[in-house]
Amino acid sequence: MNSYIPWLIIIIKAFLILFVTLTLAAYMVLAERKLLARMQDRYGPNRVGPFGLLQPLADVIKLITKEDILPAQADRFIYLIAPGVVAGTVLLTFAVVPFGAPVKIGGVTVQMPVIDLNVGALYFLAMSSLGVYGVALAGWSSGSKYSLFGGIRGSAQMISYELSMGLALVPVVMLTGSFSLNDIVAAQSNVPFVVYSPLAFVIFLVSVAAESRRIPFDLAEAENELVAGYHTEYSGMRFGLFYIGEYVNIIVLSALAVTFYLGGWHGPGPSWLSLFWFFLKAAAIAFFFIWMRATLPRLRYDQLMHLGWKFLVPLSLANVLLTGFLALIFHWRNV
Amino acid sequence: MSRSTGILKGLFEAFATTLREMFRKPVTIQYPEEKKPLSARARWRIVLTRDPDGGERCVACYLCSAVCPVSCISMQSADRGDGRRYPEWFRINFGRCILCGMCEEACPTLAIQLTPDYEFCKYKALDMVYEKEDLLIDGTGKDPEYNFYKHAGIGIVNPKGKNPDEYGPVDIRSNMP
Repeated sequence: MNSYIPWLIIIIKAFLILFVTLTLAAYMVLAERKLLARMQDRYGPNRVGPFGLLQPLADVIKLITKEDILPAQADRFIYLIAPGVVAGTVLLTFAVVPFGAPVKIGGVTVQMPVIDLNVGALYFLAMSSLGVYGVALAGWSSGSKYSLFGGIRGSAQMISYELSMGLALVPVVMLTGSFSLNDIVAAQSNVPFVVYSPLAFVIFLVSVAAESRRIPFDLAEAENELVAGYHTEYSGMRFGLFYIGEYVNIIVLSALAVTFYLGGWHGPGPSWLSLFWFFLKAAAIAFFFIWMRATLPRLRYDQLMHLGWKFLVPLSLANVLLTGFLALIFHWRNV
Repeated sequence: MSRSTGILKGLFEAFATTLREMFRKPVTIQYPEEKKPLSARARWRIVLTRDPDGGERCVACYLCSAVCPVSCISMQSADRGDGRRYPEWFRINFGRCILCGMCEEACPTLAIQLTPDYEFCKYKALDMVYEKEDLLIDGTGKDPEYNFYKHAGIGIVNPKGKNPDEYGPVDIRSNMP
Protein backbone atom coordinates (compact mmCIF):
# COMPACT_ATOMS: atom_id res chain seq x y z
CA MET A 1 0.00 0.00 0.00
CA ASN A 2 1.25 3.45 -0.81
CA SER A 3 2.23 5.49 2.18
CA TYR A 4 0.52 8.66 1.05
CA ILE A 5 -2.99 7.15 0.98
CA PRO A 6 -3.70 7.56 4.73
CA TRP A 7 -2.66 11.20 4.49
CA LEU A 8 -4.83 11.72 1.45
CA ILE A 9 -7.79 10.19 3.26
CA ILE A 10 -7.22 12.43 6.26
CA ILE A 11 -7.07 15.56 4.08
CA ILE A 12 -10.23 14.61 2.17
CA LYS A 13 -12.05 13.90 5.41
CA ALA A 14 -10.88 17.18 6.91
CA PHE A 15 -12.15 19.20 3.95
CA LEU A 16 -15.42 17.30 3.85
CA ILE A 17 -15.96 17.88 7.54
CA LEU A 18 -15.06 21.55 7.26
CA PHE A 19 -17.51 22.03 4.41
CA VAL A 20 -20.35 20.04 5.96
CA THR A 21 -19.90 21.56 9.41
CA LEU A 22 -19.86 25.14 8.18
CA THR A 23 -22.93 24.56 6.02
CA LEU A 24 -24.67 22.84 8.91
CA ALA A 25 -23.76 25.75 11.17
CA ALA A 26 -25.32 28.22 8.74
CA TYR A 27 -28.48 26.16 8.63
CA MET A 28 -28.34 25.71 12.39
CA VAL A 29 -28.79 29.49 12.59
CA LEU A 30 -31.84 29.24 10.37
CA ALA A 31 -33.23 26.27 12.30
CA GLU A 32 -32.77 28.10 15.56
CA ARG A 33 -34.41 31.26 14.30
CA LYS A 34 -37.32 29.25 12.92
CA LEU A 35 -37.82 27.14 16.04
CA LEU A 36 -37.42 30.08 18.41
CA ALA A 37 -39.96 31.97 16.36
CA ARG A 38 -42.45 29.12 16.47
CA MET A 39 -42.01 28.77 20.21
CA GLN A 40 -42.79 32.48 20.48
CA ASP A 41 -45.81 32.16 18.14
CA ARG A 42 -44.03 33.89 15.26
CA TYR A 43 -43.06 32.64 11.78
CA GLY A 44 -39.37 33.47 11.73
CA PRO A 45 -37.45 34.13 8.51
CA ASN A 46 -39.64 33.11 5.55
CA ARG A 47 -38.93 35.76 2.91
CA VAL A 48 -35.62 34.70 1.34
CA GLY A 49 -36.33 31.66 -0.77
CA PRO A 50 -38.90 28.96 0.01
CA PHE A 51 -39.40 28.73 3.81
CA GLY A 52 -36.50 31.16 4.17
CA LEU A 53 -34.04 28.48 3.10
CA LEU A 54 -31.73 30.98 1.40
CA GLN A 55 -31.56 33.17 4.50
CA PRO A 56 -28.15 31.80 5.61
CA LEU A 57 -26.74 32.68 2.19
CA ALA A 58 -28.07 36.22 2.47
CA ASP A 59 -26.61 36.50 5.97
CA VAL A 60 -23.20 35.33 4.80
CA ILE A 61 -23.18 37.79 1.90
CA LYS A 62 -24.14 40.57 4.28
CA LEU A 63 -21.44 39.66 6.79
CA ILE A 64 -18.72 39.36 4.15
CA THR A 65 -19.51 42.67 2.49
CA LYS A 66 -19.71 44.62 5.74
CA GLU A 67 -16.90 46.90 6.84
CA ASP A 68 -14.36 45.34 9.18
CA ILE A 69 -13.98 47.99 11.86
CA LEU A 70 -10.81 48.20 13.93
CA PRO A 71 -11.34 50.41 16.98
CA ALA A 72 -8.60 52.95 17.70
CA GLN A 73 -8.27 51.67 21.28
CA ALA A 74 -7.94 48.04 20.24
CA ASP A 75 -4.82 45.94 20.66
CA ARG A 76 -4.42 45.36 16.97
CA PHE A 77 -2.86 41.91 16.63
CA ILE A 78 -4.85 40.18 19.39
CA TYR A 79 -8.05 41.88 18.30
CA LEU A 80 -7.62 40.49 14.81
CA ILE A 81 -6.84 36.87 15.75
CA ALA A 82 -9.34 36.39 18.62
CA PRO A 83 -12.33 35.44 16.40
CA GLY A 84 -10.13 32.91 14.64
CA VAL A 85 -9.25 31.33 17.97
CA VAL A 86 -12.93 30.89 18.83
CA ALA A 87 -13.94 29.45 15.47
CA GLY A 88 -10.71 27.50 14.98
CA THR A 89 -10.70 25.60 18.27
CA VAL A 90 -14.33 24.64 17.78
CA LEU A 91 -13.69 23.37 14.27
CA LEU A 92 -10.61 21.48 15.42
CA THR A 93 -12.68 19.64 18.02
CA PHE A 94 -14.61 18.01 15.20
CA ALA A 95 -11.46 16.14 14.13
CA VAL A 96 -11.98 13.43 16.75
CA VAL A 97 -15.74 12.91 16.48
CA PRO A 98 -16.62 9.45 15.11
CA PHE A 99 -19.81 10.27 13.28
CA GLY A 100 -20.33 6.98 11.49
CA ALA A 101 -19.35 3.34 11.29
CA PRO A 102 -16.01 2.55 9.61
CA VAL A 103 -16.31 2.17 5.84
CA LYS A 104 -14.33 -0.21 3.63
CA ILE A 105 -13.27 1.37 0.33
CA GLY A 106 -11.13 -0.84 -1.89
CA GLY A 107 -9.62 -2.84 0.93
CA VAL A 108 -8.85 0.23 3.01
CA THR A 109 -10.88 0.61 6.20
CA VAL A 110 -11.67 4.28 6.61
CA GLN A 111 -12.39 5.37 10.15
CA MET A 112 -14.91 8.17 10.29
CA PRO A 113 -13.11 10.63 12.58
CA VAL A 114 -10.38 12.58 10.82
CA ILE A 115 -7.94 11.22 13.35
CA ASP A 116 -8.53 8.69 16.11
CA LEU A 117 -6.47 10.12 18.95
CA ASN A 118 -5.90 7.81 21.86
CA VAL A 119 -6.58 10.83 24.09
CA GLY A 120 -9.63 12.03 22.18
CA ALA A 121 -11.65 12.96 25.26
CA LEU A 122 -8.74 14.95 26.67
CA TYR A 123 -8.24 16.60 23.29
CA PHE A 124 -11.86 17.75 23.38
CA LEU A 125 -11.42 19.20 26.89
CA ALA A 126 -8.20 20.90 25.83
CA MET A 127 -9.79 22.46 22.76
CA SER A 128 -12.77 23.77 24.70
CA SER A 129 -10.34 25.27 27.23
CA LEU A 130 -8.42 26.94 24.43
CA GLY A 131 -11.69 28.38 23.15
CA VAL A 132 -11.83 30.43 26.34
CA TYR A 133 -8.82 32.35 25.10
CA GLY A 134 -10.75 33.58 22.11
CA VAL A 135 -13.41 35.07 24.34
CA ALA A 136 -11.04 36.46 26.95
CA LEU A 137 -8.65 37.97 24.40
CA ALA A 138 -11.46 39.41 22.31
CA GLY A 139 -12.88 41.07 25.39
CA TRP A 140 -9.53 42.38 26.55
CA SER A 141 -8.17 43.58 23.22
CA SER A 142 -11.26 45.48 22.14
CA GLY A 143 -10.47 48.35 24.48
CA SER A 144 -14.09 48.70 25.54
CA LYS A 145 -15.44 48.23 29.04
CA TYR A 146 -18.39 46.16 27.85
CA SER A 147 -16.13 43.82 25.95
CA LEU A 148 -13.86 43.54 28.96
CA PHE A 149 -16.75 42.67 31.25
CA GLY A 150 -17.95 40.11 28.75
CA GLY A 151 -14.50 38.57 28.43
CA ILE A 152 -14.02 38.36 32.19
CA ARG A 153 -17.42 36.81 32.72
CA GLY A 154 -16.88 34.41 29.85
CA SER A 155 -13.56 33.14 31.15
CA ALA A 156 -14.81 32.85 34.74
CA GLN A 157 -17.85 30.94 33.55
CA MET A 158 -15.99 28.57 31.31
CA ILE A 159 -13.30 27.78 33.83
CA SER A 160 -16.03 26.93 36.37
CA TYR A 161 -18.04 24.72 34.09
CA GLU A 162 -15.06 22.95 32.58
CA LEU A 163 -14.59 21.22 35.92
CA SER A 164 -18.01 19.64 36.03
CA MET A 165 -17.78 18.83 32.32
CA GLY A 166 -14.50 17.00 32.85
CA LEU A 167 -15.87 15.21 35.89
CA ALA A 168 -18.96 14.17 33.95
CA LEU A 169 -16.66 12.49 31.44
CA VAL A 170 -14.90 10.48 34.13
CA PRO A 171 -17.68 7.82 34.39
CA VAL A 172 -17.57 7.39 30.62
CA VAL A 173 -13.81 6.89 30.63
CA MET A 174 -14.11 4.56 33.64
CA LEU A 175 -16.67 2.40 31.90
CA THR A 176 -14.70 2.31 28.65
CA GLY A 177 -11.17 2.16 29.98
CA SER A 178 -9.97 4.36 27.15
CA PHE A 179 -9.82 8.01 26.15
CA SER A 180 -10.26 7.20 22.47
CA LEU A 181 -13.64 8.28 21.13
CA ASN A 182 -13.73 5.24 18.83
CA ASP A 183 -13.37 2.95 21.84
CA ILE A 184 -16.00 4.92 23.74
CA VAL A 185 -18.48 4.43 20.90
CA ALA A 186 -17.54 0.78 20.53
CA ALA A 187 -18.18 0.21 24.23
CA GLN A 188 -21.74 1.46 23.76
CA SER A 189 -22.68 -0.98 21.00
CA ASN A 190 -25.27 -2.64 23.22
CA VAL A 191 -26.25 -0.16 25.90
CA PRO A 192 -25.48 3.56 25.73
CA PHE A 193 -23.75 5.05 28.75
CA VAL A 194 -26.73 7.29 29.54
CA VAL A 195 -28.34 4.17 31.02
CA TYR A 196 -25.37 3.49 33.27
CA SER A 197 -24.88 7.06 34.35
CA PRO A 198 -27.85 9.30 33.57
CA LEU A 199 -26.68 11.88 36.09
CA ALA A 200 -23.41 12.32 34.22
CA PHE A 201 -25.38 12.92 31.03
CA VAL A 202 -27.47 15.66 32.67
CA ILE A 203 -24.40 17.30 34.21
CA PHE A 204 -22.62 17.12 30.87
CA LEU A 205 -25.57 18.74 29.08
CA VAL A 206 -25.75 21.61 31.57
CA SER A 207 -21.99 22.17 31.51
CA VAL A 208 -21.94 22.02 27.75
CA ALA A 209 -24.72 24.60 27.57
CA ALA A 210 -22.58 26.84 29.77
CA GLU A 211 -19.54 26.05 27.64
CA SER A 212 -21.29 27.13 24.45
CA ARG A 213 -22.23 30.51 26.05
CA ARG A 214 -25.87 30.23 25.11
CA ILE A 215 -28.91 31.72 26.65
CA PRO A 216 -29.31 30.48 30.16
CA PHE A 217 -25.54 30.96 30.42
CA ASP A 218 -24.87 33.78 27.97
CA LEU A 219 -23.46 36.18 30.52
CA ALA A 220 -20.47 36.83 28.31
CA GLU A 221 -22.81 38.35 25.73
CA ALA A 222 -25.74 39.55 27.85
CA GLU A 223 -27.28 41.95 25.32
CA ASN A 224 -29.35 43.69 27.96
CA GLU A 225 -26.39 44.57 30.14
CA LEU A 226 -23.22 44.50 28.02
CA VAL A 227 -24.37 45.59 24.53
CA ALA A 228 -22.97 42.38 23.01
CA GLY A 229 -20.33 41.41 25.56
CA TYR A 230 -16.97 40.30 24.25
CA HIS A 231 -17.84 40.85 20.58
CA THR A 232 -19.31 44.33 20.99
CA GLU A 233 -16.64 45.98 18.83
CA TYR A 234 -16.50 43.36 16.10
CA SER A 235 -18.17 43.76 12.76
CA GLY A 236 -18.27 42.09 9.38
CA MET A 237 -16.82 38.63 8.97
CA ARG A 238 -14.90 38.80 12.26
CA PHE A 239 -18.21 39.03 14.03
CA GLY A 240 -19.34 36.30 11.64
CA LEU A 241 -16.55 34.06 12.92
CA PHE A 242 -17.81 34.44 16.50
CA TYR A 243 -21.29 33.71 15.24
CA ILE A 244 -20.23 30.66 13.24
CA GLY A 245 -18.12 29.55 16.18
CA GLU A 246 -21.15 29.59 18.43
CA TYR A 247 -23.21 27.46 16.09
CA VAL A 248 -20.43 25.05 15.14
CA ASN A 249 -19.94 24.75 18.87
CA ILE A 250 -23.54 23.64 19.32
CA ILE A 251 -23.10 21.04 16.59
CA VAL A 252 -19.81 19.78 17.99
CA LEU A 253 -21.06 19.63 21.56
CA SER A 254 -24.24 17.85 20.48
CA ALA A 255 -22.12 15.39 18.51
CA LEU A 256 -19.91 14.81 21.53
CA ALA A 257 -22.86 14.37 23.88
CA VAL A 258 -24.11 11.70 21.47
CA THR A 259 -20.68 10.10 21.29
CA PHE A 260 -20.14 10.02 25.02
CA TYR A 261 -23.59 9.08 26.28
CA LEU A 262 -26.08 8.17 23.57
CA GLY A 263 -24.20 5.37 21.87
CA GLY A 264 -22.61 7.39 19.07
CA TRP A 265 -23.49 6.09 15.64
CA HIS A 266 -24.90 2.81 16.91
CA GLY A 267 -28.47 2.14 15.94
CA PRO A 268 -30.70 -0.50 14.41
CA GLY A 269 -30.29 -1.32 10.73
CA PRO A 270 -27.30 -1.73 8.43
CA SER A 271 -24.03 0.04 9.09
CA TRP A 272 -24.52 2.67 6.37
CA LEU A 273 -27.45 3.94 8.42
CA SER A 274 -25.00 4.87 11.17
CA LEU A 275 -24.55 8.39 9.74
CA PHE A 276 -28.28 8.86 9.88
CA TRP A 277 -28.53 7.65 13.48
CA PHE A 278 -25.70 9.90 14.52
CA PHE A 279 -27.27 12.87 12.78
CA LEU A 280 -30.66 12.15 14.32
CA LYS A 281 -29.30 11.92 17.85
CA ALA A 282 -27.15 15.02 17.44
CA ALA A 283 -30.11 16.93 16.00
CA ALA A 284 -32.18 15.95 19.03
CA ILE A 285 -29.54 17.37 21.39
CA ALA A 286 -29.21 20.50 19.24
CA PHE A 287 -32.99 20.87 19.36
CA PHE A 288 -32.78 20.66 23.13
CA PHE A 289 -30.29 23.55 23.16
CA ILE A 290 -32.65 25.66 21.07
CA TRP A 291 -35.58 24.63 23.22
CA MET A 292 -33.64 25.63 26.31
CA ARG A 293 -32.86 29.00 24.78
CA ALA A 294 -36.55 29.61 24.17
CA THR A 295 -37.46 28.58 27.70
CA LEU A 296 -34.97 29.72 30.30
CA PRO A 297 -34.00 33.25 31.37
CA ARG A 298 -30.37 34.26 31.79
CA LEU A 299 -28.75 33.39 35.09
CA ARG A 300 -27.32 36.13 37.28
CA TYR A 301 -23.55 36.01 37.78
CA ASP A 302 -23.80 34.75 41.37
CA GLN A 303 -26.45 32.19 40.42
CA LEU A 304 -24.15 30.96 37.68
CA MET A 305 -21.23 30.55 40.08
CA HIS A 306 -23.52 28.98 42.66
CA LEU A 307 -24.83 26.44 40.18
CA GLY A 308 -21.35 25.63 38.94
CA TRP A 309 -19.31 25.38 42.12
CA LYS A 310 -21.84 24.51 44.83
CA PHE A 311 -24.08 22.22 42.84
CA LEU A 312 -22.62 20.71 39.68
CA VAL A 313 -19.08 20.07 40.89
CA PRO A 314 -20.08 18.24 44.12
CA LEU A 315 -22.80 16.40 42.24
CA SER A 316 -20.43 15.24 39.52
CA LEU A 317 -17.87 14.17 42.13
CA ALA A 318 -20.54 12.16 43.91
CA ASN A 319 -21.57 10.70 40.59
CA VAL A 320 -18.02 9.58 39.85
CA LEU A 321 -17.97 7.75 43.19
CA LEU A 322 -21.43 6.27 42.65
CA THR A 323 -20.73 5.07 39.11
CA GLY A 324 -17.37 3.65 40.14
CA PHE A 325 -18.98 1.82 43.03
CA LEU A 326 -21.75 0.39 40.88
CA ALA A 327 -19.32 -0.55 38.11
CA LEU A 328 -17.17 -2.38 40.62
CA ILE A 329 -20.10 -4.32 42.06
CA PHE A 330 -21.84 -5.23 38.81
CA HIS A 331 -18.67 -5.63 36.68
CA TRP A 332 -19.86 -2.98 34.21
CA ARG A 333 -16.56 -2.37 32.57
CA ASN A 334 -17.05 -4.07 29.25
CA VAL A 335 -13.94 -3.25 27.23
CA MET B 1 -36.60 19.18 49.67
CA SER B 2 -39.77 21.04 48.70
CA ARG B 3 -37.66 23.86 47.27
CA SER B 4 -35.84 21.58 44.85
CA THR B 5 -39.05 19.86 43.77
CA GLY B 6 -40.44 23.35 43.16
CA ILE B 7 -37.45 24.15 40.95
CA LEU B 8 -37.88 20.91 39.02
CA LYS B 9 -41.60 21.52 38.63
CA GLY B 10 -40.92 25.05 37.40
CA LEU B 11 -38.37 23.79 34.90
CA PHE B 12 -40.69 21.10 33.61
CA GLU B 13 -43.63 23.46 33.23
CA ALA B 14 -41.50 26.03 31.41
CA PHE B 15 -40.19 23.48 28.93
CA ALA B 16 -43.69 22.06 28.42
CA THR B 17 -45.06 25.53 27.74
CA THR B 18 -42.53 26.37 25.04
CA LEU B 19 -43.00 22.98 23.43
CA ARG B 20 -46.77 23.43 23.41
CA GLU B 21 -46.52 26.89 21.89
CA MET B 22 -44.32 25.50 19.12
CA PHE B 23 -47.30 23.62 17.68
CA ARG B 24 -49.65 26.58 17.79
CA LYS B 25 -50.36 28.67 14.73
CA PRO B 26 -48.29 31.86 14.89
CA VAL B 27 -50.23 35.02 15.64
CA THR B 28 -48.27 37.02 13.06
CA ILE B 29 -50.29 38.68 10.29
CA GLN B 30 -47.97 38.60 7.27
CA TYR B 31 -48.85 42.06 6.10
CA PRO B 32 -48.58 42.48 2.36
CA GLU B 33 -50.21 39.09 1.76
CA GLU B 34 -52.52 38.96 4.75
CA LYS B 35 -54.44 41.98 5.89
CA LYS B 36 -56.37 42.53 9.04
CA PRO B 37 -60.06 43.27 8.43
CA LEU B 38 -60.62 46.95 9.14
CA SER B 39 -63.24 48.13 11.58
CA ALA B 40 -66.45 49.47 10.06
CA ARG B 41 -65.59 53.10 10.73
CA ALA B 42 -61.86 52.95 10.05
CA ARG B 43 -60.52 56.48 9.48
CA TRP B 44 -57.61 56.87 7.11
CA ARG B 45 -56.82 58.91 4.00
CA ILE B 46 -58.93 62.07 3.67
CA VAL B 47 -60.81 62.92 0.49
CA LEU B 48 -62.97 65.79 -0.74
CA THR B 49 -66.25 64.52 -2.19
CA ARG B 50 -68.70 65.89 -4.75
CA ASP B 51 -72.48 66.18 -4.53
CA PRO B 52 -74.73 63.96 -6.69
CA ASP B 53 -74.77 66.57 -9.45
CA GLY B 54 -71.01 66.44 -9.69
CA GLY B 55 -70.37 69.82 -8.14
CA GLU B 56 -67.80 70.38 -5.44
CA ARG B 57 -69.27 70.02 -1.98
CA CYS B 58 -66.63 72.09 -0.22
CA VAL B 59 -67.68 75.67 0.35
CA ALA B 60 -64.35 76.76 1.86
CA CYS B 61 -65.81 77.63 5.24
CA TYR B 62 -62.51 76.93 7.06
CA LEU B 63 -64.26 74.96 9.80
CA CYS B 64 -62.13 71.85 9.21
CA SER B 65 -58.98 73.89 9.19
CA ALA B 66 -60.07 75.62 12.40
CA VAL B 67 -60.93 72.40 14.24
CA CYS B 68 -57.87 70.48 13.10
CA PRO B 69 -55.80 69.87 16.25
CA VAL B 70 -52.53 69.66 14.37
CA SER B 71 -53.33 72.42 11.86
CA CYS B 72 -52.60 70.28 8.85
CA ILE B 73 -55.45 71.61 6.68
CA SER B 74 -55.11 74.87 4.83
CA MET B 75 -57.05 76.43 1.96
CA GLN B 76 -57.89 79.66 0.19
CA SER B 77 -61.54 80.49 -0.41
CA ALA B 78 -62.76 82.13 -3.59
CA ASP B 79 -66.08 83.21 -5.04
CA ARG B 80 -67.43 81.27 -8.00
CA GLY B 81 -69.32 84.32 -9.32
CA ASP B 82 -72.83 83.04 -8.55
CA GLY B 83 -72.48 83.68 -4.86
CA ARG B 84 -71.21 80.21 -4.14
CA ARG B 85 -67.80 79.78 -2.54
CA TYR B 86 -65.20 77.17 -3.34
CA PRO B 87 -61.60 76.54 -2.24
CA GLU B 88 -59.09 77.99 -4.69
CA TRP B 89 -56.59 75.58 -3.30
CA PHE B 90 -56.93 73.02 -0.59
CA ARG B 91 -53.99 71.35 1.07
CA ILE B 92 -53.67 68.59 3.68
CA ASN B 93 -50.29 67.71 5.07
CA PHE B 94 -50.65 63.99 5.84
CA GLY B 95 -47.26 64.05 7.48
CA ARG B 96 -48.95 65.90 10.33
CA CYS B 97 -52.50 64.54 10.09
CA ILE B 98 -53.39 62.35 13.05
CA LEU B 99 -56.51 60.94 11.37
CA CYS B 100 -58.71 62.04 14.26
CA GLY B 101 -61.68 62.71 12.00
CA MET B 102 -62.64 66.03 13.59
CA CYS B 103 -62.58 67.76 10.19
CA GLU B 104 -65.19 65.30 9.00
CA GLU B 105 -67.35 66.02 12.04
CA ALA B 106 -67.03 69.76 11.58
CA CYS B 107 -67.81 69.84 7.86
CA PRO B 108 -71.28 71.35 7.28
CA THR B 109 -71.51 70.12 3.69
CA LEU B 110 -70.17 66.56 4.23
CA ALA B 111 -67.42 67.44 1.76
CA ILE B 112 -64.37 66.26 3.70
CA GLN B 113 -64.46 62.56 4.55
CA LEU B 114 -62.08 59.95 5.87
CA THR B 115 -61.76 56.76 3.83
CA PRO B 116 -60.56 53.27 4.85
CA ASP B 117 -57.51 53.48 2.53
CA TYR B 118 -54.50 53.29 4.82
CA GLU B 119 -51.72 52.36 2.36
CA PHE B 120 -50.42 55.74 1.32
CA CYS B 121 -46.87 55.80 2.66
CA LYS B 122 -44.32 57.87 0.80
CA TYR B 123 -40.55 57.90 0.64
CA LYS B 124 -40.31 61.70 0.85
CA ALA B 125 -41.97 63.85 3.49
CA LEU B 126 -43.01 66.45 0.92
CA ASP B 127 -44.94 63.81 -1.01
CA MET B 128 -47.22 63.54 2.01
CA VAL B 129 -48.62 66.99 1.25
CA TYR B 130 -51.77 66.45 -0.79
CA GLU B 131 -53.12 69.26 -2.97
CA LYS B 132 -56.73 69.73 -3.98
CA GLU B 133 -56.41 67.71 -7.16
CA ASP B 134 -55.09 64.78 -5.12
CA LEU B 135 -57.88 65.09 -2.59
CA LEU B 136 -60.92 65.72 -4.77
CA ILE B 137 -62.66 62.54 -5.88
CA ASP B 138 -65.48 62.08 -8.39
CA GLY B 139 -67.88 60.22 -6.09
CA THR B 140 -70.16 61.26 -3.30
CA GLY B 141 -68.51 59.26 -0.55
CA LYS B 142 -70.45 58.10 2.46
CA ASP B 143 -73.68 60.08 1.88
CA PRO B 144 -74.65 59.55 -1.77
CA GLU B 145 -77.98 61.47 -1.67
CA TYR B 146 -76.86 64.55 0.18
CA ASN B 147 -76.65 67.85 -1.65
CA PHE B 148 -75.99 70.82 0.58
CA TYR B 149 -77.53 73.40 -1.74
CA LYS B 150 -80.78 71.40 -1.91
CA HIS B 151 -81.24 72.07 1.79
CA ALA B 152 -79.44 75.31 2.44
CA GLY B 153 -77.46 77.79 0.46
CA ILE B 154 -80.50 80.06 0.19
CA GLY B 155 -81.22 81.62 -3.14
CA ILE B 156 -78.24 80.25 -4.92
CA VAL B 157 -79.39 76.98 -6.51
CA ASN B 158 -83.13 77.42 -5.99
CA PRO B 159 -85.00 80.58 -5.16
CA LYS B 160 -85.79 81.19 -1.50
CA GLY B 161 -88.23 78.67 -0.06
CA LYS B 162 -88.19 76.34 -3.05
CA ASN B 163 -85.96 73.65 -1.59
CA PRO B 164 -87.85 70.39 -0.89
CA ASP B 165 -87.79 70.50 2.90
CA GLU B 166 -87.91 74.28 3.22
CA TYR B 167 -90.78 76.57 4.20
CA GLY B 168 -91.36 79.69 2.25
CA PRO B 169 -90.19 83.00 3.71
CA VAL B 170 -92.35 84.36 6.49
CA ASP B 171 -93.94 87.74 6.14
CA ILE B 172 -93.12 89.17 9.53
CA ARG B 173 -95.83 91.79 9.25
CA SER B 174 -98.62 89.18 8.90
CA ASN B 175 -97.14 86.72 11.38
CA MET B 176 -99.24 87.96 14.26
CA PRO B 177 -100.29 85.78 17.18
